[in-house]
Order: sequence, then C-alpha cells, then structure tokens
Amino acid sequence: MFNPLLDRRHFMQHVAAGAALTVPTLGFLEHLSANVQQVKKAEKACIMVWLGGGAPTIDMWDLKPESKNGGEFKPIATKGDFQISDQLPKLAGVMDRMSVVRSMSTREADHARGRYYMHTAYVPNPTVEHPDFGSVVSYELGPKRSYLEIPSFISIGGGGGSAGFLGMSHAPFVVDGNGNIRNAEMRNMTADRLGQRLSMLGVIEDNFIRSNRGELPQAHKDIYVQAKNLLTSQQMAAFKTEQEDAKTREAYGNNNLGRGLLMARRLVETGVPFIEVNDGGWDLHNGVFNALKNNKLPPLDQAVAALMNDLTARGMLNNVVVLVMGEFGRTPRINQDVGRDHWASSWSLAIGGGGLKGGRAVGATDKDGVGIESQSYLPGDLWATVAQAMGIPLSTVHTSKRGRPMKIANGGTPIADLLS
Amino acid sequence: MRAIALRITFVMCVSLMAVPSLSAQSVRMSGEDEQIVAEINRMIKQGWEDNDVKPSARAADGEWLRRVTLDVHGHIPTSKEVAAFNADKDKAKRQHAILRLLDHPDYVKNWTTVWTNLMIGQGTPDRTSREGMQKYLRESLAKNKPWNEMVFDLVTAEGRFDENGAVNYLLSQMQDRDGGVQATAKTTRLFLGIQVQCTQCHNHPFNEWQHSQFWEFNSFLKEARRVDHRKLDPNSGRQVDDYSELLNGQFNGPVYFEKRNGVMQVAYPNYFGKQIGPDEKVNRRMVFGELLRADEERHVARAFVNRMWAHFFGYGFTRPVDDIGPHNPPSNPELLEFLTAKFAESNYNVKQLMAWIVSCESYQLESKFSNSNEIDNPAAGESPLFSRMYVKAMTAEQVYDSMLVATLPAQAGELNLEQAQADRQRWLQQFITTFGTDENDESTNFNGTIPQALMMMNGELINRALAENQATRLQQVIAAAKDPNDVVQELYQTVLSRSPTRAELNQLRPVLNRKATIREAYEDLYWALLNSNEFQLIY
Repeated sequence: MFNPLLDRRHFMQHVAAGAALTVPTLGFLEHLSANVQQVKKAEKACIMVWLGGGAPTIDMWDLKPESKNGGEFKPIATKGDFQISDQLPKLAGVMDRMSVVRSMSTREADHARGRYYMHTAYVPNPTVEHPDFGSVVSYELGPKRSYLEIPSFISIGGGGGSAGFLGMSHAPFVVDGNGNIRNAEMRNMTADRLGQRLSMLGVIEDNFIRSNRGELPQAHKDIYVQAKNLLTSQQMAAFKTEQEDAKTREAYGNNNLGRGLLMARRLVETGVPFIEVNDGGWDLHNGVFNALKNNKLPPLDQAVAALMNDLTARGMLNNVVVLVMGEFGRTPRINQDVGRDHWASSWSLAIGGGGLKGGRAVGATDKDGVGIESQSYLPGDLWATVAQAMGIPLSTVHTSKRGRPMKIANGGTPIADLLS
Repeated sequence: MRAIALRITFVMCVSLMAVPSLSAQSVRMSGEDEQIVAEINRMIKQGWEDNDVKPSARAADGEWLRRVTLDVHGHIPTSKEVAAFNADKDKAKRQHAILRLLDHPDYVKNWTTVWTNLMIGQGTPDRTSREGMQKYLRESLAKNKPWNEMVFDLVTAEGRFDENGAVNYLLSQMQDRDGGVQATAKTTRLFLGIQVQCTQCHNHPFNEWQHSQFWEFNSFLKEARRVDHRKLDPNSGRQVDDYSELLNGQFNGPVYFEKRNGVMQVAYPNYFGKQIGPDEKVNRRMVFGELLRADEERHVARAFVNRMWAHFFGYGFTRPVDDIGPHNPPSNPELLEFLTAKFAESNYNVKQLMAWIVSCESYQLESKFSNSNEIDNPAAGESPLFSRMYVKAMTAEQVYDSMLVATLPAQAGELNLEQAQADRQRWLQQFITTFGTDENDESTNFNGTIPQALMMMNGELINRALAENQATRLQQVIAAAKDPNDVVQELYQTVLSRSPTRAELNQLRPVLNRKATIREAYEDLYWALLNSNEFQLIY
C-alpha cells in the first residue's frame, strides 16, 4: 500500500513553510491526501517493457520444440492455458493474469523503422512525424490529471521517441535507470528569485513568439513550464526507488530493469499514465541461447513477474496494462553463428492487466514458426486494445500539422480475444 | 576588407585523377560564381511564382550575421563583431563576411564537429579513435580538400587509428563482426544519399532496386578487416586496449546471401552497373574508392549538395536528406541537379558550394512569415519553397559553443583544440542514448526537451556564467558600464546580437531600479536572455 508516513512528511514540510496552519487543518490535509491517493489508484496506466533490438520471441512465448528452428529451450506449463519457455519459470506463475499474442505481423525488420512502427502504429513517412502511443496517452489523459506535476509520458533508460505532431510537451521524458534527473535540484535559489527570473524570461520569450516565425518559439516556452515544475515538485520522489523497502527492491531485482519497473509502479501511483521501461541488448545475431539463458531472460523473468504480483497485491492490476515487446521478433531459422536475425512477419508479445483477459494464447504460428495460421495483428490493433483498456475512445482523431486527420492507433481494431 | 577581392584562387581542375594543389584561400565570388547564384535565385523564384507566394522581407544585418556565423562556425558572433558589421557601410558586406567566415579557423573547428558526428556518431564506438577522426577531418577541411577526395580517403584508408585518422570512419562501422553490413548501410546513405539497407533482406519496397544491390555494395567493403591490439598496463598488471588498425584481407570470392524463400544467392561487386567479375584479383575497396571519386553518376555530388542545403535551410530537397531515389522525388529537382553539376565542375569545392548557398536570395530573408507565404511551412509537412528562412533548433554543440562565446569569452578562444573538444565531449555525454543494436544507432534527448531546459536553467554552464569571477562576460560588462542602461544594452548584444526593444526596457525597468540588489537583477536578466527561445534557436 501507499506509505502514509512518507506522505505526511511531505505535507509537514509544506506546513512548516507556512507556519500559520494549525493542527486541525493538518488533519484535514491528511484526509485530502488520502482521497487523492484513492483517485490515483483508480486511474488507468500502461507500463511498456521495451525489448530493444528485437527479442527472439520464438524462444520465449511461442516455442517450437518439434521443429529444426526450435532451439535449445523446452516449453513448460504455466498458470494460463498455454506453455512458455522453461527459462521463464517465474513468469509462468503469473500467466493467469497475462496473455501472449502469437500472431504479430509487422513488416518492418529494420531497427529504426520497426521501432517507429511499433511505437506509433504508422510506418515512417517523410512528410509527417507520428506520435509514439505514449505521447497519445499523454495528450489524451495528461491534461485531465490536473494534480500531475511531472510529465505524463516517462521513458526510463530510453531515448529516441517523439511526440510528433502532438507537440514537444507530450514527448517522452527520459530518465536513466536509476531515476537520476540531472540539474533538477535548485540550490541557493528562493521562490522569489526564480519567479523574478521567469518573469524576465517571459518578456523575452513572448516577444519572440509574437514575431510569427512558426511553432518552435512556443514549443520552447511550453517545455520551460514543465521544467519549472520539475524543479519544484514533491512528486519527484516517485523516481526514488531507494525509498522502497529492501524486500520489494529485492523482489524486482537489483538491476536496471528491476529498478525501472519498480520506478514505473511508483510513477503509476503518482498518476503518470504511460511509462516505457527500456531493456536493450536483444539484438542477438549470434550466440542467442547462451545470451538468453545467462543474461537476458533471468532478470526479465524476475522483474516482470514481480511487477505483476506487486500490482495484484496493491489492487492496481485492473487499471494498469503491462506490455512486453520490442521492434520485431527474430528469425525462426538459426543462423551459422547460432544467432537469430531480424524477423517481423510472425512474432509474439506478452500483455496483461488493465482488465484485459489473462491466461490465453491469442493467434498461432505454423509448426516452424515462419507463417501465421490464424488472424494476424498489426501494431495498430495492439494499441487499439490498449486504448480500449485505458478508456480512450477509439473514435479519437488527431490532426497532423498539415491538417490531415489521423485516427488513434492508425484505425486498428482491438484484439477481441483479449477483451472478452 | 578590400584585400579579399585580391585573394588568389585556385584554377578549376577538370581532371579527376590529379589532386590539385590548393592555396589556403580556396573560395571566391567571381563573376561566374555570381551567375551561379543568379541561376539559383531564378529557379527558386520560379517556385514562388508557381505557388503564388511572396518572399519574406530581407533579414536585418545583425540577425543575418548571427545566423550565418552559427551555420558556418557553430556559435553566435561576439557583440563586437555584430557592432562592426552593423556599422559597415559597404554594400557587399555580406559577401565579404561569407568569405571571411569560410577562411576562419572556426570553420574547420565546426565542420570537424559536424562530420565527426555524422561519420562516427555523437558517442564514440568501441575501438574507434575520435581524436584520430577529428585530426583527419581538421587537416582535410583546413586545406579544403575536394569532397570526392575525402570520400576516397575514408573508404580506402588502411592503417592505425591514431596514425591514419581516416580509418576511424570504417572502424566505427565495424563494431560487430558483421561482414561489413553496417559499413555498407552507412556508406551508401552518407556518401551516396541512397538507402539500400532495406534491400539487405528483400527488394526495395518502393523502387526498382533489387535485393542483390545491398550485397553488391557489400562485396566492395567486405575485405576490410579490423585488428585490435592490446598492451600490458604497468599499473594494474592487466591487458588493456591499445590501438586498432584497419587492414585489407584477401577477399575475392562472392558474397552469399539468402533470399526470402531460403535459396542462397551470390553477389559480386557492382557499382551502378560497373561490375567486378569473379576472376578479377583486385583490391575491391580501392576500386570502390576510385568509382566514388570519379562519381560519373553524380551520386556523391548530389548527396553532398542535398545535405549542405539542408544544413543551411533546415530542410534539404528530400526528406530524409539521405534517401534520394525514384520513390522520393525532390522538392526542387531542377535546382538540385544544377547545383550537383556545378559542385562537380568546381572539383567538389566544399567552401565554394557553401558560398553559393549562403549568397543566394533565400538565405538573406528573415524567418517571419510574410503576408503571403503562410503555406511555406515545411514544419507542417509542406514542401519547402525557400521564400523565408526556417527556424532551426541549435544542436547541443552549438548551444555549448555559443554559451562560451556569450559567457566565458577567454575559454571560447581556447587554443588547445583537442582539449576544448574533449571538454565539450564530456559535457555532451549526458544527452546521448545508444540503442545497442547492430546498426549502432543512437539518439540525443537534447533537442527541445526538458533535460535541455533543466541544463540551461540550472546546469554547470549557466552557474559558471553567473559566478562572480573576473573571467566571465557578465563581470566584464558590469565593470565597463557607466550605468545600468549600458549593462542591459550590452547583455542583449552579447546574448541576442541585438538591442532591447523599447517595450522590453519598460518591462524590465522596475527590476533594474532596485539599486540594493542590482547585481542580482543583472544576473537574473542574463539568465533570462540565455534561457530564451531567441537565444537557443537559429532564425
């Protein structure tokens, strides 16, 4: 549950600053705080675990033990009605609450293009820059959460995402895996002094904006509003996983991915609607099995299972979508370096929470994993599913800078088997 | 000023084989050059007429000098330079300024930065010497080596990464033992302006390029071999990385690649139809370099022209700049072909091309929309008409270097180039993320983001600028001023290259009248100027 002591400490700090407040008022504030926390707990959010480089999903979610493409791992039973890799035993125990989609078919097998396609639901196009889905969520839900002082799309350990035509204020805010944010602590600076500086800045900025040179001058000003909030907000504590007890930290794992997912949970509790946690190093062109067994799968198994259990214990799981994927899968065929290369035409991802159905394997590939033997899904279908789970209407249409209407999730259709 | 007209220029060299000897001043604006500029103007104006737009007004001199100094030197001009330029009554002063900027040491400094980033990235890949790369670029840019000669050097270089700096381009693309795949993708994009990396796995989705094309280019580069050397570290007693070198292996066979249907195919070197057969025992990398240098198809020239135009205007003739091809038609095809031909005829004279571009009428215009060119807005996805200057965000390096000019002038003039660049590189690391993929791609979270704003509001650069220290520009300005008005004027000139407007002065007056805290007020104004959109944008 939330840490009431911690919260009270923050309120005490505020109160100490304005000494006029009396004890009964403090009681009232505490009550108010509890209410805000209740509201936040019911807020929708999405945590995306990004497997940068493209994970070999045939060795994780859709094993082919009978095929020459099968590789070294064996399938094991899960709490759901399907099997996954024997290298993911902890995840097997939460698969009643997660599903895998085994028929993603996404065409783009180049890193940059695949990253763009999976994040935006659109293929790259030279005349329009599409927003990451995290930016879409920020745009739709951020303004409704007036209590939120930190950005509503946070990317932990990431980079490269873009808010496209939705504007810089919905761009991912990137922090490193330890939640460190450089230059966010004002030393030797009073509120008055900062206020004086900002009012002078306003004079110069507004003058330049009025000179009608396009949108960059205004975008600069919008970002400064957010940056100022970061300098002064108590919500920055959400980035500090060291405030969690040792047991919780241990459960997630003492590594970047574990800390990142724990931070993501804290950010959800603060009201942030979209968090991307980046785990790189999945571009396994050679030595795929050793790398998976020794380096990549154990921390993933531990951290995602811990997140699912933690969200369940806190009663948050029905509101928080958890999604695990990268820019594509990897070739079913094992290459001469015992690796797998880029493969976008038939691969899998894992998704759960947010009221979506768990325990199911949706879609299927053929016996060698190279073709799809069911309905296949595009990134737009995936994001339409997430939008539905988060209560963002699928009729939502945004407008590109050129005035072109853009359907949310590229007009995708929610994946029916995950909804009912 | 007059002396510029008398500068010796080199004779145009038509033979592509001979390397011309160049004088230090290799750029000029002769009658012939002016005709080229007139032709650029004619073609652009045709676009304005066809689209029924009227260009924006001519930019004020100070604004123009700030822009061109940023574009050519990578930092803002000093207030003294702006004042001298404003006071100059010579009608040809912009032309003089262009030639002066192109022959200044900061030209070499800036373009070393630009090309190092393009060639090896903002971060330094393993087993690559950033210093080596910079040294090669500095020396080549200083003598204005023809661009096709530089391409030849970079593709054919052999040797140690500290002795022959040109090898670092390919070394940086050889992180994985991937048989030159990454080097092929990078080289075709950067030097030929074409994207064949899609054909690594299948036929190009949008044009007639075949699956084999990627592997045919790859066969030229496949023999390049990286050899890493280690040495004993006397302190720790352990083996540590020493130098790396780039050598040529013996490779004459075909490259094998797999079709989507699993059938294996072979590819031999093939440069736009010029082939090397299976029996020819040649140094393929050398042949590739010679084909690039001869550039009969003009791909090398066209790619360079497109990239340079984009550097100065924020938009090239195609988007992205390195994806030229039948599937992606350029915005101004006639102009792109004209400049490509002229650039090749000039013997790939880089400075000369820049002089043409910044001399043309579009570059003289202001960035404000006129009453009749609202549609000229490439930021909204429209095709650029170049009827106004487009606003560009400063790069991280431009912000850093401009901050030094505006706040710590002594350090801006730092003579130890390598030390200065190493300091800046350290500072830059905070904004760089690598994706750790086989293409070694990276991204910067600098441009217009919250981390950038926090750094400007509260980071080490601004804190040094505001410190009470004799070396700061702020301290110098305060010491030299007769009254608060002088300080305000000079701070505006230093940071924004202009005077404050009357409205700004009126709004600032109450703060500056607080005599007791006047030093604080100056600091706050200076902070506000450096944090403004106007300072951090190129317009």
